[in-house]
Amino acid sequence: MTDTAETLKSLPLDALHRELASKWGPFAGYDMPILYKEGLMAEHAWTRSSAGLFDVSHMGPSFFGLPKGHGLEPEDAHKRVASIIERLVPSDIQNLKPGQIRYTVLLNDRGGIEDDLMVARPSEPEAQGDLYVVVNAGCKEADWALLEKAAAGDARVVRADDRALLALQGPKAEEVLNPLVPGAGEMRFMTYARFETRLFGRLTISRSGYTGEDGFEILVRPEHAMAFAQALLGHAQVKLIGLGARDSLRLEAGLCLYGHDLDPTISPIEASLGWIIQKRRREAADFPGAERILAEIRDDATHSPTLRRKRVGLRPVGRAPAREGVDIHSYGDKIGVVTSGGFSPTLNAPISMGYVPPAFAKAGATLDLMIRGQKHLAEIVDLPFVPHRYKKG
Amino acid sequence: MTVKYTPDHEWVRLEGDLAIVGITTYAAEQLGDVVYVELPALGKSFAKGADMAVVESAKAASDVYAPVSGEVVAVNEAIVGNPQLVNDGPEGEGWFVKLKLKDPSECDGLMDAAAYRTHIGG
Repeated sequence: MTDTAETLKSLPLDALHRELASKWGPFAGYDMPILYKEGLMAEHAWTRSSAGLFDVSHMGPSFFGLPKGHGLEPEDAHKRVASIIERLVPSDIQNLKPGQIRYTVLLNDRGGIEDDLMVARPSEPEAQGDLYVVVNAGCKEADWALLEKAAAGDARVVRADDRALLALQGPKAEEVLNPLVPGAGEMRFMTYARFETRLFGRLTISRSGYTGEDGFEILVRPEHAMAFAQALLGHAQVKLIGLGARDSLRLEAGLCLYGHDLDPTISPIEASLGWIIQKRRREAADFPGAERILAEIRDDATHSPTLRRKRVGLRPVGRAPAREGVDIHSYGDKIGVVTSGGFSPTLNAPISMGYVPPAFAKAGATLDLMIRGQKHLAEIVDLPFVPHRYKKG
Repeated sequence: MTVKYTPDHEWVRLEGDLAIVGITTYAAEQLGDVVYVELPALGKSFAKGADMAVVESAKAASDVYAPVSGEVVAVNEAIVGNPQLVNDGPEGEGWFVKLKLKDPSECDGLMDAAAYRTHIGG
């Protein structure tokens, strides 16, 4: 499929971006701002030092819930809807606390990753039986169809992608948002709450993000989106940030980009995401592809070569960025491939992620990256490349 | 002194039998922040249109093609050490290489400044 101007969808805040963005591109069927006038490096640095505002309305926010009038007590309603989504994800959703978010993946029967997503449990007793589920833009139609199919009528998807989804990220995010939404600053990392506001209507807020910084992701109804964005941008510490810097920020934070670092053949263990599978689910072995995934957990623990590959961080020794598709060699043999790579503005050096056999997946191991046919030495490093600064505890 | 342009956004300044080559201001703006430059070895010869150098912004890598055939007689090491120079002065201190022209008549096929402005929709 080719993206043309005729078929591309526009963001709810398109008019705002038209004034301020300098470079546009198609992404997941939307016409998206890639860069604003100051450029990627300045936008990236601004997010790390102040607060960046990202319009991520192309993504797939949704509510996955039991049919109305289910008649269950709140705790039972949550357990029920959680057990339904657990048919597709390997994380423990049943034991989420009210207001808690979990990062997880949708699995296929082969234990491969169909998408990565956030699942949140509401805090209000009357909202139990609903989950807030945010999936990736490029996968949203397929994901929602998968969820509906797995639910087989026991639960339904209500899509919320007609609303604006804004991410406010950076060390100044809290001091910007809290005066506009009193109480938002008290939220902790990976929690979720709804706020009724006079000026902006109901805001659905997660303390989460895709940059490694503290920050919030805020779902706002379309009729209030422009006023809310303008209120944030009225703050001297807030600037709009494009998709270009969104990618360099997430790469520094060692976070996966679906379709690049994750795909339907890659398992959570290969992706170094074993931490998303909690003990209860490992013991129950009741998720798609459990046989493969549980075998890989054992192989990973015993360093068995039967585990084919692991996602690692790579630091090229020189200045040449090693981008997606660059082959990874060891003593002349191809052993893996780069799945994301570019330049880290924070480290002022190139960084990459890729897949290598477990024997090489140790910090300090050296490999060759084959950039335009030339060998470039690189070292395996621990992720993230730049430490996370989440507001925990 | 004559400056000519290619459709692929290289500029060529002709000084006797030498051609000084770089990327245009328009190209540098389109690329954004340049973070890496790879230049050819001295003494290497290129046919017109061959991949001669690489320029990478934070977002993407682009090839720089030889606008005319020739032998590399000088490279701008300064932009390797400080790639930002390509953004600061793409048609000045951000030059890439000097080529010894093999066939000066090739220059006739390149665009002049007015034609290049039309080419980029200016």
